[in-house]
Amino acid sequence: MINAGHACLIVAFAAALYGIAASLYGARAQRRDFVASGRRAAYAMAGATAVAFVLLEAAFVRSDFEYAVVASHSSTTTPLFYRLTAMWSSQEGSLLLWLFSLGLWSSIILFITRHKLRALAPYATAVLLGFAAFFAGVMLFGESPFTRAERIVAEGAGLNPLLRDPGMMIHPPMLYSGYTLFAVPFAFAIAALITRRLDAEWIRSTRPFTLAAWCALGFGIVLGARWSYHELDWGGYWMWDPVENASLMPWLTATAFLHSVMIQERRGMLRTWNVSLVLGTGVLAILGTFLVRSGVLNSIHAFGASTLGLPFLILLAVMIAGSIFLVASRQDALKSEHRLDSLLSREAIFLLNNFVLVALCFVVFWGTFFPLIAEAFTGRQRNIGPPVYERFIVPLALILVLLAAIGPVIAWRRATAANLKRNLGGPALLGVVVLVVLLALGVTESVTALIMFTFGAFVVGTVMQEFWRGTRARRAVAKESVPVALAQLIKRNRRRYGGYVVHVGIVVIFVGVAASSSFKDVRDVALNPGQSATVGGKEFTYVKPTSELVAAPNGRLERIVFGAELRVNGKIMHTSKDYFPSQDTSLGPVSRFFDGEATTEVALDASLGKDTWAAVAPDIAKLRPQIEEGDKVFGNAADELSDDQANEFLAVALQGLTDAYADNPPPARFRLEVNPLVTWIWIGSLIAVLGGILAGWPAKRGLTKIASAKYAARVGKEVREPETESVPA
Amino acid sequence: MALSAAVLLAGALALTSFSASTEARQPSELVNATPTPGAKYQLVGKVVKGYETKGETTYFRVRDRDGTVSVPVTYAGRLPDPFRADREIVIDVVKQGDVYVGQVGTLITKCPSKFTADKTDS
Repeated sequence: MINAGHACLIVAFAAALYGIAASLYGARAQRRDFVASGRRAAYAMAGATAVAFVLLEAAFVRSDFEYAVVASHSSTTTPLFYRLTAMWSSQEGSLLLWLFSLGLWSSIILFITRHKLRALAPYATAVLLGFAAFFAGVMLFGESPFTRAERIVAEGAGLNPLLRDPGMMIHPPMLYSGYTLFAVPFAFAIAALITRRLDAEWIRSTRPFTLAAWCALGFGIVLGARWSYHELDWGGYWMWDPVENASLMPWLTATAFLHSVMIQERRGMLRTWNVSLVLGTGVLAILGTFLVRSGVLNSIHAFGASTLGLPFLILLAVMIAGSIFLVASRQDALKSEHRLDSLLSREAIFLLNNFVLVALCFVVFWGTFFPLIAEAFTGRQRNIGPPVYERFIVPLALILVLLAAIGPVIAWRRATAANLKRNLGGPALLGVVVLVVLLALGVTESVTALIMFTFGAFVVGTVMQEFWRGTRARRAVAKESVPVALAQLIKRNRRRYGGYVVHVGIVVIFVGVAASSSFKDVRDVALNPGQSATVGGKEFTYVKPTSELVAAPNGRLERIVFGAELRVNGKIMHTSKDYFPSQDTSLGPVSRFFDGEATTEVALDASLGKDTWAAVAPDIAKLRPQIEEGDKVFGNAADELSDDQANEFLAVALQGLTDAYADNPPPARFRLEVNPLVTWIWIGSLIAVLGGILAGWPAKRGLTKIASAKYAARVGKEVREPETESVPA
Repeated sequence: MALSAAVLLAGALALTSFSASTEARQPSELVNATPTPGAKYQLVGKVVKGYETKGETTYFRVRDRDGTVSVPVTYAGRLPDPFRADREIVIDVVKQGDVYVGQVGTLITKCPSKFTADKTDS
C-alpha cells in the first residue's frame, strides 16, 4: 500500500506538470483540445491525490506501523476518531491535506468554468496546477507521507493527548480549505493579467470561491481560538503568535477585496487595487504555510527548522515577482473608468475601510516579522508582545466598526447632509442610548470597550434599519406579510443582505473581544478540600479530589486521571489532569504512567454573560516515593511474572496510588477565571459565516437577471441624482 | 493622503516596536555576551533533562536548540502541560545572580502538532 500511495503522488505530480504544459500550449496555439486536456489533467491530479489521501487515512485507521508517519503520530490506543485526525498532525500528512484540498477546489472551479472564461481558464489551470506540482514535488522529494518505517514497531507513539480534541477534526481542514480556496481567485487574477481581460467577469466567476475561502479561513481561525480557549496555557483565544497572525493576514486582505470589488463592479474603479489585493491574499496564504514549515520565526505553531523553508521561499519569490511584473506591465488595461466624486460617498467609505483593513494587515505583518526586521537593523532578534499589537489594532478596529455602520447606507457618488441625517440619524441615536445605559450601569473601566459597544450598536442599528425599510417597501408593493416580505427581500438580494448579516456577526465578535479582554478576572490559588476563593464575584469551592483509571477500547490503560470537584455559586464543575503512559522504555514500569504526556481538562461553564473557567494542577509529588518503590518491585519481578500477571498487578498498584491520592489529598493549585461575553465571539462567528453563505449562495438565473436589471436601474438613477438614498432591489 | 497615513503608521510602529520589544536570545548568546543586569530577555531553547519542582518553583536548565550550552532557570509559575525535557520553550527571563528568573505567565511550549525532529542540513 505504501508503494501505491507513492505511485499516486507520482501520478499527481506528472499530471500537474502535463496539465501546465497542455494548458499553456493550448492557450498559445488556440487549441481547445489541449486546453480541455489540461483541465482533465487537473481532474486526474485531484483524483490521484484523493486516492493517496484515502490510502493514508486507511493506514491510520488500521494502525499500520509500516508507515513511518503512522508509527510516529498514532497508536492502537488512540481512539478511532483521533486516528482519522492524526494524519494532519504530521508535517507530511498536512502537506497531503493541502494538496487534496487544492485538487478538490481546482477541479470544481475548472469544471464550472469549462464553457466560459475561455481565454482565462487555461492560464488559471496552469497556475493552479503549478501550486499542485509544487506541493506534490515537496512530498515526493522532501517530506513524503509514504515513507517506510526503518523498523516496524508493535505500538506507535500515539497522537499527542493535547491534540485529542474535536477541534482537531475541523480546525486544520478549515484553515487549509481557506488557504487553498484563495488559490482560485489568485490563479484567475494572474490569468486576467496575462490576457489583459481585466473587466469584472473573472471576479464574478470566482467570487463564490473568494467568499468560501473567506468563510472557511475565518471559521477555521475562530475554531482555533475556541480550542485554544479550552486549553490551559495556550494563551486564551488569541496570543498574537506568528502562525496565528499568518492566518489572519490573508483574511484581512480578502475582507478588503470583498468590499472594494463592489466599487469595480459598479463603477469600474480600483482595478489595480483589487487585483493587487487578490494577488496579495494569495501570497499571504502561502506565507502562512511558509511560516509553519520553515522554522524561520519562533512560533509555538511552527514545525522545527526543516528543509522545506527554501522551496517555499522560492515559491513566494516567484509569486511576488510575477505579480509585481504583471501588475506593472498591465497598467494600461487597469485604468479606472471613473474617479472618486466626493469624499462623502460610499466609494470613499469603502476605500477608507480598505485602508484600515490593509493597515491592520500591515500591523500584524510588522509584528510577525519584527524579529527579522530588528535583526536586520540591530543584529539581534527582538520580539514584541500583545501590548504593542493592541496599541495599534484597537483604534483601527474601532474605526473599522464605525465605517461598517456608515458604509452600507451612505449614497454612491456623493452624499448630502439630508441623506446622512435620514440614514444615520436613527442608528446613531441607538448607539448613544447604549452608551448612556452602560455609563448609568457603571461600565466605566475601559474607554475603548465603551466606544466599541457604542459603535457596535450603531452598526446593528443601520442593519436593522435597512432590513426594516426593505421589508416595508416590499409590503407596500407586494402586499406580503412581514416574514414573507423579509424572506423575499433577502432571497432577491442575497449578496447585500448576506453582507449585512456578516456585519452583525463581526460586530458581535468585536463586542465579545472587547468585553472579555477588558473585564476578565484571573487568579492562581492553592486550595485544600473545603476551601474557597472568590474571583470576579463568583465563589469557587474545592469540594473534593477525584481520581480514576481509564481504559482504552482495546482494554489497555489509556490514562490516569487526578482531578477536582468544584462548586461555583452552587453549580458543580469538574476539572482534571490526565496522565498518559510514555513509550519511553528507560522509564520504570510505574513511573512511565506519570512521566508521559499530560493534559489538563478545563472546567468550563459557558453562558451569554460570564464564563466560569477553572483548571487544576494536582500535586502528585507526595506519590513519588510510592511510584519509585513500585518501579523497584516491578523491575525486580519482571522475569518472574507473565505479561498478564504483570499487567494485573500493575493495575492494582496504580489503583492503590489513585485511591491514596483521593483519600489523603495534598493542596491542589487552581487557575480560576471569570470571562465576560466570550460566548459572543463564537456566536458572532456563526452569524458571520451564515451571512457569508447567504451572500455567496448562487441565485437562480432568472432572479439574478431581474435583480441585476433593477440594480442597474437603481445605480443609473443614483448616478443621475446623486443625493437620492439607496433603496433595496 | 493615504501615503502620508501609511508613512505615519510605519513610523509609529517602528518607534513603538523598538522601544517595547524584548531581545530574543539562545542560552549560548546569554553565556557569551554578558547580559545587562535587570534587563529582560526572551530565552529560546530546549529543556535539559533532570529538572525538578520544589514547592511552587521549578528549577531547570535551557540549552541551545542545536547545541549543548545551557543556562539555569527558575520558574515560580504554573508549568504548561507539554513542558518536558527536550521540548522547545520560550520564556521571558531576568538575570539575578547566576540564575535566570523566569517571569510568571511567560513560559510557553510548542504546539504538540509540531513536535518533530529537526531536519536541517546543519
